[in-house]
Parts: sequence; C-alpha cells; structure tokens
Amino acid sequence: MTAYILQRLIQSVLVLLAVSVVVFFAVYGIGDPIELLVSPQVSQAERLALIKRLGLDLPVWQQYLTFMGNALKGDLGRSFVHGVSAIELILARAPATFELVLLAMSMAIAVGVPLGLLAGLDPESRPSRIIMAGTVLGYSLPSFWKGMMLILLFAVLLGWLPTAGRGETVTVLGIQTSLFTLDGLRHLILPALNLAIPILALVIRLVAAGAAEAMTQDYVKYARAKGVRAKRIIGRHVLRNILIPVVTVLGIEFGSLVAFSTITETVFAWPGMGKLLIDSVYQLDRPVVVAYVLLATLLFVTVNFLVDILYAALDPRVKLTGEMA
Amino acid sequence: MSVPASIPTEADTPLRRKVLQRINSRPTTRGAAILLGIMVLLALLAPVIAPQNPHDLASLSVMDNRLAPGERGMSGMLFLLGTDAQGRDMLSAILYGLRTSLMVGLAATACALAIGIAAGLAAAQFGGVVDAVLMRIVDFMLGFPSILVALVLLASIGRGVDKVILAIVLVQWAQYARLMRAAALVERRKEYIEAAVNFGLPTRYIMFTHLLPNSVGSVLVVASISIAGAITLEATLSFLGVGVPVTEPSLGLLIANGFEFLLSGEYWISVFPGIALVLLIMSLNLVGDRLRRSFNVRS
Repeated sequence: MTAYILQRLIQSVLVLLAVSVVVFFAVYGIGDPIELLVSPQVSQAERLALIKRLGLDLPVWQQYLTFMGNALKGDLGRSFVHGVSAIELILARAPATFELVLLAMSMAIAVGVPLGLLAGLDPESRPSRIIMAGTVLGYSLPSFWKGMMLILLFAVLLGWLPTAGRGETVTVLGIQTSLFTLDGLRHLILPALNLAIPILALVIRLVAAGAAEAMTQDYVKYARAKGVRAKRIIGRHVLRNILIPVVTVLGIEFGSLVAFSTITETVFAWPGMGKLLIDSVYQLDRPVVVAYVLLATLLFVTVNFLVDILYAALDPRVKLTGEMA
Repeated sequence: MSVPASIPTEADTPLRRKVLQRINSRPTTRGAAILLGIMVLLALLAPVIAPQNPHDLASLSVMDNRLAPGERGMSGMLFLLGTDAQGRDMLSAILYGLRTSLMVGLAATACALAIGIAAGLAAAQFGGVVDAVLMRIVDFMLGFPSILVALVLLASIGRGVDKVILAIVLVQWAQYARLMRAAALVERRKEYIEAAVNFGLPTRYIMFTHLLPNSVGSVLVVASISIAGAITLEATLSFLGVGVPVTEPSLGLLIANGFEFLLSGEYWISVFPGIALVLLIMSLNLVGDRLRRSFNVRS
C-alpha cells in the first residue's frame, strides 16, 4: 500500500511539472502583453521600465526558473491587469465556483438516482424510454446553448429568475456565499442547473445500468425467494451496490465540473474562477491564465490520487500492486 | 476496404450496403440520416442558394439591422429568419455558418483520426518503449478536460479556423490512439498474423495490409460519433470568443453574437443558429450511435 501511494505521488508530481513546462511555454512563448498594457502614447523609456519591472526582458527559460522558484513558495506571479497576486485573485473567486459545483453535484445526485432507478428497473416502459432519450440530449447538447435556453425560458419569457450575476451574498465562516440568502439562491439555481445537466445524465445512465445488472444477480434472486419486499431489496441491496461506481465517477468528474463551469459562468456572468479565466484570456493576463491552469491541474491530480487510493482502500478486490495505474 | 473483424456478419454483403441497412432499420435513425444529408447538402450549396453573401460587407445595409423574421429590408429584400445587428440576413449567415461548423468538425476529426491511428498502430506493433511512451502521453492528454486544453492553447496562439482545428486535433487524437492500440493488440494475437510473421513477411507489409485494415473498423465507428463532439467543441470555443474569427462565423459564433439581444427579446439572432446547431449535433449523434450499437463497439 505504501509503495503504491508513493508511486502515485511521484507520478502526480511529474504530471504537475510537465504541465507547468508545457503551459508556461505555450502561454509565455507567444503574444506580447506589453502591447495591450501600455497605450501607444507612452514613452519608450516608460515602456522599457515596465518590461523590466515585469521581468519580460529576461530569456524565456530564465523566466520559467524564476516562476517555478516562486511557485514553490506559493507565489504564481502578479496579474498584469489587476496588479495583485494571481493566486489571491483566483482564490478570491473560488467560493463562487465551488458553491456552483457543489449545488450542481447535489442536484445531479438528488434527481439522478431516483430517475436512474426508475429507468433501470423497468427499461421497457414509456417513462424509462423518455428518461434515457433525455440523457442523450443532456450530454450531447452544448452547455452554452442549454444555458441560453434556460435564460430565455425562466428569465426572459417567464420572468421567474434573474439572468445574471451572483445576487446578495453573506459571509459564513469567512467565506462569501450565495447559498444562504434568498436572492443569492435565486441567482444560483439556473447556473447550477445548467452545470448539473450533463452530470445528471451521467448519473442516470450509471444508476440505470447498475440497477438493470443488479436485478439479475443471485443475491437479488435469493432475497426475492426469501420473500423480502421489493422496496427493501432495492433500498438495501441494489442501491448500495450501484452507489460505489457512482461515487467514484462523481469524484473524478468533480475536476472537470470546475473546468466546465467556465462556460456556465460566462453565460450567466457568474463571477467565479472560470469567468476570471476567460476575462484573463481576453486581456492576455498571462500570470492569471498560468496560475489557473496550474491550480486546476493540482486539483485534478489530487482528486484522481484520492479517488484511486479510496477506491483501492474500499474495494478489497482491487489489488495494490506496484504497477502503474 | 475489407470488413472489420468486429462485425458479426454474413461476410459477403458489402460494408456500404450493411451500413445503409443498419441506418434504415429504425425510423428515428432514418429520419436523422435524411436530416443530416439535407444539412450537408445545404452547407455545400450555401454560396448558390443563400439569398445574400454574409461575408460581403458591401451587400449589407446597417439600416436593415435587427429586423424580425419575415420583415422586408430597405431594398425590398425578404428576410425569412430576420437580420442581425449588422443587417445581415440570418438565413444566409446560418447556411454559411453550417458550412464552417461542418468543415471544422470533419477536418479536425480526419486529422485526429490519422494521428491517432498511426500512434495506436505503432504502439501495438512495436510495443516496449514506443508503446510505453505513446501511452503515457495518451494518459496525460486524456487526464484533462478537453475544453480547458483547447481554451488554453487557443488563448496563446490566437483565433482562426486552422487554429481551432489544431486545438480539436490536439484534444481528440489520444482517444483514437487508445482505441486503435486496443483493437490492433487483439488482432495481432490471431493466427493469420502469426502465420504471416512466421512466413517471414516484412513488418511494414503486415502492419499495413493485415493489421491496419482489420482493426481500424471500430475506431472509424467511434469517430462517426466524435464528429458531433468536434462540432460541439468548436461551437463552444467560438462562443467563448477564442474560436473561429469574426470574418468567418460558425454557428457557435453566430449564437454568441445574438446572445446580448436575447435578453431584450430579439430571440432570432441566436435562436435560429442554435436550432441549426442542435439539429446537426443530434442527427450526427443518432446516426453514429446506431452504427456503434449495430457494430457492437464499446467506446
């Protein structure tokens, strides 16, 4: 076990290093931020002073070494546009993104598990067919389009919910959140629903497939033969067995939900990390882009690492050999 | 082309007829295939049938801006689907946008397929270090959400049709490489390949005349669904403003351009391109999914 964990750790660090090199050179190698930051009227001397202050006159590899040295100290550079630490800028936006992601996940589980059971236990019925056809729509339609249609329906035509922004926030345990005000929740529903739809489709499919398979297993037949009621069979036996893969997949999907929130946040003008990323891309604010990608990579790597270890620890059938995962 | 080994079949029906039979066997799939055919035809014929050339600024009149569907412009021209903020006929813009979206999706999928098949075949044939290195790269690529990789790449190289294609190829080749490797590894264990090896046939000959044609089928079937994925990715990138340039708008960019007017009730500027995009993606998905199921390929 320890050897396996150690090996996965080394692997994770290598991935992070590789990403830092690729991203740094991809983002810093091309495009000149000075052109965007300085108005053409500024004198040459001021221009050069700014280049020097930002360290843009050094060779790229030297910029990378400086960057990595600082990164290890938790400093991923200063935003060219806002003039503050890139990492602080991103972390200040993090609560907005995470509340969106958490609510989306909760919605996906709360709605997806019952619908998945319904579709899996009686796959030939009409509601089941409609649910399964809906899941195809759910993950094949572009997220930005679904978001726009939600706005058109619930905000423009029906006028029930606001179209954009985060609404009123309160500070809970030092974190600004929209989860505890009525206005905040009203702003949160549409973006969270939009983010939840593909995950909801995934949960329904996983649960339906799991339930259909579980019903043919011997333990279910045995429980039936014993005269256990259907409700109890599903609740106690079937559901427990399907939830393991569902939880694993949701764990892995957590990272990509954070990445996908970029689209939802753009559509709903939600001031989270994804919106910050897009804005920084437009403004060629390279330190923020690089810092975002590295933080996102750190998140993916950590989540995958934890899921692997947890999965191995929970399921005795998974053997922890020294092999590469 | 010979019949992929994964198909459980009457070996003498030609592949093309078999594909058509599978598509025809269900009404929804048949409808989707017909719709897809019509859209491809419309895209190809766009310069001939579009009422206006939407890229030609001289033919646009700003006076005609944001006309509702069915209204007539200053020159008496009928705008069936309305006009956008520049006075551009939406029907023409959609036809040309369909063309750009389809072209990007097909070109990206074709390039990604070529790279993925080559990499997967090489990994399966040579094994050892080649296999290990290639598959580590594949694992690395598949470890990140495609939207993020493409977004960051385009953020650094700028927008453009060729650049969007490059970004989509970069995020899609890895899945084909993995599939191709798996299919080729299964095929390599078969007796006829063993016989060819023992017979002393050159490795290159075995790779290209035996291994490739007999294991590529499942990869091609999966690619038919991935075209929809490529078109979705392009639309999303263009919507976010890092995709195709404003001079050559795809459906995604048209939708983005109309977004600000959606809130004030001028729905047609983004809703009609959106409907075209949805129909395109859904029909590609339905046809591709039917092919995948009938050829029994797991993606």
